[in-house]
Amino acid sequence: MHNEFLMGNEAMALGALAAGVNVAAGYPGTPSTEILETIAARNPGNVSVEWSVNEKAGMEVAAGAAISGARALVTMKQVGLNVASDPLMSLEYIGVKGGMVIVVADDPGPISSQTEQDTRTFGMYSKIPVFDPSSVRESYEMIQEAFAFSEEHGTPVLFRPTTRVDHGYESICVKDPEEYEKHVPDGFKKDSSKWVIFPRLSRKNHALIEQRNVRLSSVLSEYPRNQAEPASGRYQGCRRGIATNGISFSYIQDVCGKEHPAILRVATPFPFPEQKALEFLDGLDEVLCVEELDPVIERALIFLCGKYGRNVKIRGKLTGDVPSAGENSVDLVKNVLASYLGENIPERPEDPECPPLPVRPPVLCAGCPHRASFYAVKIAMKGKKTLFAGDIGCYTLGNAAPLDMTDTCLCMGAGINMAQGVTRVEPDTAAFAFVGDSTFFASGITGVINGFYNQDNMTLVVLDNSTTAMTGHQPHPGTGRTIMGDVVEKVSMEEVLRGIGLKEVVTLDPLDLETCIPEIQRVSGLPGIKAILFRSPCIVKYRPKSGRSRVDEDQCIGCRKCIRELGCPALIFDGGKASIDSTQCTGCTLCEQVCPVHAISGGGRNE
Amino acid sequence: MSENIVFCGVGGQGTVLASKLVAAAAMKEKRHVMTAETIGMAQRGGSVFSHMKIGEAASPLIGRGEADLIIGFEPGETVRQLPFLKQGGAVVTSIRPVQPVSAMIGLAEYDADAMIEYLKKKVRHLVLIDADESLRELSNPKVLNMVLLGAAVSTGKLSVAVEDIEQALHEKLSEKLWPVNERALRYAMNRR
Repeated sequence: MHNEFLMGNEAMALGALAAGVNVAAGYPGTPSTEILETIAARNPGNVSVEWSVNEKAGMEVAAGAAISGARALVTMKQVGLNVASDPLMSLEYIGVKGGMVIVVADDPGPISSQTEQDTRTFGMYSKIPVFDPSSVRESYEMIQEAFAFSEEHGTPVLFRPTTRVDHGYESICVKDPEEYEKHVPDGFKKDSSKWVIFPRLSRKNHALIEQRNVRLSSVLSEYPRNQAEPASGRYQGCRRGIATNGISFSYIQDVCGKEHPAILRVATPFPFPEQKALEFLDGLDEVLCVEELDPVIERALIFLCGKYGRNVKIRGKLTGDVPSAGENSVDLVKNVLASYLGENIPERPEDPECPPLPVRPPVLCAGCPHRASFYAVKIAMKGKKTLFAGDIGCYTLGNAAPLDMTDTCLCMGAGINMAQGVTRVEPDTAAFAFVGDSTFFASGITGVINGFYNQDNMTLVVLDNSTTAMTGHQPHPGTGRTIMGDVVEKVSMEEVLRGIGLKEVVTLDPLDLETCIPEIQRVSGLPGIKAILFRSPCIVKYRPKSGRSRVDEDQCIGCRKCIRELGCPALIFDGGKASIDSTQCTGCTLCEQVCPVHAISGGGRNE
Repeated sequence: MSENIVFCGVGGQGTVLASKLVAAAAMKEKRHVMTAETIGMAQRGGSVFSHMKIGEAASPLIGRGEADLIIGFEPGETVRQLPFLKQGGAVVTSIRPVQPVSAMIGLAEYDADAMIEYLKKKVRHLVLIDADESLRELSNPKVLNMVLLGAAVSTGKLSVAVEDIEQALHEKLSEKLWPVNERALRYAMNRR
């Protein structure tokens, strides 16, 4: 054993390695990405690990491994589970042989997601047990327990951290590689009565799953992480209790300290540990549920009170005592507890003297090739009736002023078919669907086939920066690299598109406006689906060493066109002239091409 | 009870490395450390913060009025985090503003001088770091985080030894970067 300062996601990865995981797969997505990256970085050499093309593929790889007796891990963010839900719903009916842990990172807030969905609710819906860690240290230990539990009961399990656990860091004690469990898969044994899903098997197994989950509720009541802590200190005899989970439990521990009312901490929200909860409810008149996302514990306790005839008032989100949306915080927990327990805490009003704070929404980086792509299309289509369908990735930031080039964004790959739908209603619209390279492979290709087959008119724009940038630069099928760094054959987007049948597939350097603008006008005017691939590497990953642009102060007329039209964070207006922050500039030359009086020069691309 | 520190700035300024070094230094004294960082979309030029607790704690997040020390890389971001400062807590901040795109294209105003005036009025234990001057003297634009850390140690509110930070720095950075970072770390300390 040794001490390490680990991110929650790193701790989960090391926990999986300590449990002897054999196969790991996943698709990047904040806040889950670092789990698989850590498995790859700390791979003792015998773990098969892959970035899958999307979450459904990852889930299926893990399922195949687990029915072959391997310990399998698959990781994703909460919306990724929507993509992987088809295999998962069926897998529960089949079951697994080796332990299979599905880590799904939820994102209360949301901080970097489309939805505030709750994977605990998904567990209930899919009938799959859910583990819910409260801290970095606990996530390390709990994921090992989750593997053992999965194997013992023959079911995949969901492991559901939230952002503050995923991206929290803690100094914790972890095993050395020599101490890792060795798990040897016994291989796939043919048995079509077991591994082939058919209505007859589903009916039989459905009944067994329902019986098993009743039994698991009792088993999990004995699981030590489901805790019913009696009231302590000045709260002894208090008939008000608190039920909580996850990071909110940690906040409550910090807020209350050693003296607290009775606390129920639910570590396995499904199957709900009924006996443990009944033990907690004994002697209480009221319970406040403090949890994020859905009122899962609150509903379970209301249900229990009905089922067992307990007269305890259950409060929380459904009674308006706790906000129904958004992330909890230490202060929110402090406030809801104080008002529940009738205690006074010092008020901390906003200071009216505080000057207005800078507004900093995230922006495309200085030198980002997406800025050039959006700008080129914007100029090329000026004055025309257009639709700019966006998608999921860094380029969603193209929605911000001054570019304002994203009219829709729904989910991974949706922009292509949404553009189709809009043109059915408004056939005179020049529709563009912007999609990133990783998103194209994840779920864009089927959309293109749909549009081609159904004879729609639109321009597909692939923003190819040769990486999955938003989540921290993971490789994908177009990069020719795997997560372990192996060099493999690249999947060519041009060939995929031509293979589908697209006649016009044009590849352009977005940082060359003069070439791009007329080409965009020509291509978008053609009938049917046609594709423009803007190819230029992510500037964070491939940052040129020299050649920053400079403004010639004598030539600059202070018109602000560069700043007003591009919104590049390296461009500053200072003393009536534009200037360039050399620590941010990458020398992309876009501002040089936009300046009406050629006052900017020196960008590396010209050298 | 834990010692609570807030690091804050704008994405890309180096707040995360600073908090990692302090954490590593505290761990050398066998102390329990937790942090919470901003990761993901918000990093792209957005406001970022890192909360740190050294000592016994269950969660890394700090409540309002609980921070012993704020280490700010940008004056507006320091003001944003000021509600977290404990009465009697200290603030170390760079005074060099990072102008947001929203201000440059005229969507929102940002008056950095007003931030510094406000800090002077509200915080008794305030250390202002002139980033331009210090980085010119150190002739390296990338060591602001070390200058701020050195100044933070000097406040007496950061109970880690500067030698431990240096050792952590040796473990995390390549050898050719040691001298400039060490000089930056000692820069604010030597000026008192």
